Amino acid sequence: MDAVDSKETDTVQRASVRSRPQWGRMLVWGGLLALLVILALGLQRSQQGPITVGDHVSNFSLTTFDGEQINLNDLKGKVVVLNFWASWCKPCEQEAADLEAAWRFYQPRGDVVFLGVDYVDTEPEARAYLQKFAITYSNGPDLGTRISQKFRIQGVPETYILDQENVLQYVQIGPFASVEQIKANIDPLLKSDQ
Amino acid sequence: MKRFLPLLTLIFALLLAVPALAQGENPGQPSDDQVNAIAKGLYCPVCENIPLDVCGTQACAQWRDLIREKLSQGWSETQIKQYFVDQYGDRVLATPPARGLNWLVYLVPPLAIAAGVFILYRALKAWKQPLPQADVTGETSSPAATDEYILRLEEELRKR
Repeated sequence: MDAVDSKETDTVQRASVRSRPQWGRMLVWGGLLALLVILALGLQRSQQGPITVGDHVSNFSLTTFDGEQINLNDLKGKVVVLNFWASWCKPCEQEAADLEAAWRFYQPRGDVVFLGVDYVDTEPEARAYLQKFAITYSNGPDLGTRISQKFRIQGVPETYILDQENVLQYVQIGPFASVEQIKANIDPLLKSDQ
Repeated sequence: MKRFLPLLTLIFALLLAVPALAQGENPGQPSDDQVNAIAKGLYCPVCENIPLDVCGTQACAQWRDLIREKLSQGWSETQIKQYFVDQYGDRVLATPPARGLNWLVYLVPPLAIAAGVFILYRALKAWKQPLPQADVTGETSSPAATDEYILRLEEELRKR
C-alpha cells in the first residue's frame, strides 16, 4: 500500500515539474534573442559602406555660422558642392582658395551651390579660417557629426558633388589640385541640364 | 643676529613672493590640471581611443583651449561636456549616457555575470548530489528492458 502511495506521489511531483510555467526560460531566451537582433542591426549599420556615386543623398540640414538653416531638399534643381573641412586640417588650406574661386565663378549662374561643412572643429578657429581664406559661400559646423556620419567620411578634406536630383556624382578624397579640376567635375552636370 | 637680519628678510620676502608670482602667471586662467580633469572624460572623433587630455593633435589642442575658455567664463564641467555633446555628438564622451540603447552597456554585463554565476551554482549542485542507488547497481529497469518488442527481438537473436 505504501509503495502504491509513494508511486502516486512521485507521479504527481513529476507532473507538477512538467507543468511548471516556463516563463523564466522563455524570458531568458527572449532576452537573448532581442540582444542578438540588436547586435545584428548594429553590425548591419556599421557595415554599411559610404554613400557611393549614383546613390541618392537623403535630406540633411546645415545651420551656418550665420544662423541660416539650409536643407538639402530645398536645393533640388541645383548642383551642390559639399566640402568637408576643418581649421586644424592643413590639406584643407591647399584647396580653400580654389574652392572659393570656383564658387565665385559659378555664383552668378545661380544653379550651383557650395556648402562648407566644418568637421569636429572649434568655432573661433573655424571663423578665423574662413576669414583668412576670404570664404564667402555658406559654411556651418557639423553639429553632432551627423552629416559626416551620413557620408561616412574618412577624414578631411573631402568633397561630394551632387546633381540636381541630389544624386551623388563625384567624390574627391583629399584636396582638389586646382580650380580647373573642380570645374571639370561640375560642368558636365550643368551641360546635361541645359 | 643683526648680520642675518637682511638675509632673513630676503628669504621671507622670497617665500611670500613665489606663490604670488606663480598665481600671477595667468591670473584668472584655469590651470592645465583643471582643463585636463575635464578633457580626460572626452574623446575627439578624429583621434579615436585617445583621451583628449593626452592627445597631441592640433584638433585636440583646440578642444582643450576651448575647455579653458569655457572654464574661464565660469562654465561647470557638466555644462562644458554638454556643449561638446551638442556640438559633436554622444560619441565624444568617455562613458556613454545611460539612455536608449546605451542602457545595454550597463545592463548586459552584470546580467551575464549573474546568469553565469547561477549556471555555475546549478552545475556544482548537480555534481555534488549522490547518484541514485538504483542507477549505481543497475537494477533499474530501463524502458528498453521492459519493451515487449525488444525482449522478443533479443529472444529471437538468442535462438539463432
